[in-house]
Amino acid sequence: MHEMGIAMQIVEIAAASIPKNVENIQVERVNIKVGKLSAVVPESLKFCFEIVVKDTPLSGARLVIEEVPVVARCNECSAEWTITGPVFTCIKCNSGSIQILSGRELDIVSIEIADP
Amino acid sequence: MEIKVVRKVLDVNDTMAQQNRSRFADEKVFVLNVMSSPGSGKTTTLVKTISRLLPEIKCAVIVGDICSTIDADRLSVTGVQVVQVNTDEFGGDCHLAAHVIGNAANSIDLEAVDLLIVENVGNLVCPAEFDIGEDARVVVLSVTEGEDKPLKYPLMFRVCDAALLNKTDLLPYLEYDKNDAVKNILQIHPDMSVFEISAKTEEGFEPWIMWLKERVKKKLA
Ligand SMILES: Nc1nc2c(ncn2[C@@H]2O[C@H](COP(=O)(O)OP(=O)(O)OP(=O)(O)O)[C@@H](O)[C@H]2O)c(=O)[nH]1
Ligand SMILES: [Mg+2]
Ligand SMILES: [Zn+2]
Ligand SMILES: [Zn+2]
Repeated sequence: MHEMGIAMQIVEIAAASIPKNVENIQVERVNIKVGKLSAVVPESLKFCFEIVVKDTPLSGARLVIEEVPVVARCNECSAEWTITGPVFTCIKCNSGSIQILSGRELDIVSIEIADP
Repeated sequence: MEIKVVRKVLDVNDTMAQQNRSRFADEKVFVLNVMSSPGSGKTTTLVKTISRLLPEIKCAVIVGDICSTIDADRLSVTGVQVVQVNTDEFGGDCHLAAHVIGNAANSIDLEAVDLLIVENVGNLVCPAEFDIGEDARVVVLSVTEGEDKPLKYPLMFRVCDAALLNKTDLLPYLEYDKNDAVKNILQIHPDMSVFEISAKTEEGFEPWIMWLKERVKKKLA
């Protein structure tokens, strides 16, 4: 799908975060969070990242993905639970009025650069 | 050394979507994002829907077609303005991004439009992820697809406000368990408005048209 475009965005954002005042910086890792509900397949994203990262200031960097579970809270009974299957009703009271607290992330968390 | 970044990967799109949203609010245009798998009946449904909304509600369409003008030609038959966009060359052919909608809207006389309909690319995955500044999202699924579609694409069914279960005229010829399909939709999204329609015969259109009209008028008021 659009993992290539996402990988390009990640590289762009990460490259802009490299400190300007240091020379010969080697970015070792780019840490990101991907929610289980997001429309991104981690393996394809890693694959695309490896291609996109060549000939950029991030060349050689590894994309490290933390997958974030889908956590919901019931608006009726305040129960909180992790959604693992395709059921989005409250596990306690069966209400359909719920909030998704996490699981839609597609966030860059940090970059890690080699110590000089 | 670790350097904190903390940014949404899609924040460029989200920012553009917010710009679209405030522009559509200023212009008093209701924007409907229509999504589905390829061939579920988006174009057919929209042609029939627009014919029923006119002349009361003035419409325009943006259609994302990967490599043909066929859908644009079919929609033009309604007499409304149709803008065909090529999908985001940068993000791939799988969704319409907010900046693409923003550009397409530039060639539409928004002042003369109440309802701007976006026929998204046939895909149940990525369009769900990309905000375009719309007021409502609708997913079309047809009875020739599996009853378990909603379970396989939960994000799409979570983010949509209504589902159109299309091609019901074919039900006599299929072993499709319609109740199971509806149950699956509601299991993913209990508040979802579900309309059973046939874009071919227009059976079941009335409640769907009412649902849409009500929302458009509320924004125009
Ligand atoms: N029997 C029947 N056929 C339908 C109905 N709605 C659409 N079709 C047919 O299904 C096929 C696909 O319909 P389209 O309206 O082009 O579907 P679409 O979702 O716009 O397709 P893409 O834009 O290519 O993703 C066409 O051959 C339509 O005639 C319906 O309600 N009943
Ligand atoms: Mg179409
Ligand atoms: Zn509950
Ligand atoms: Zn996409």
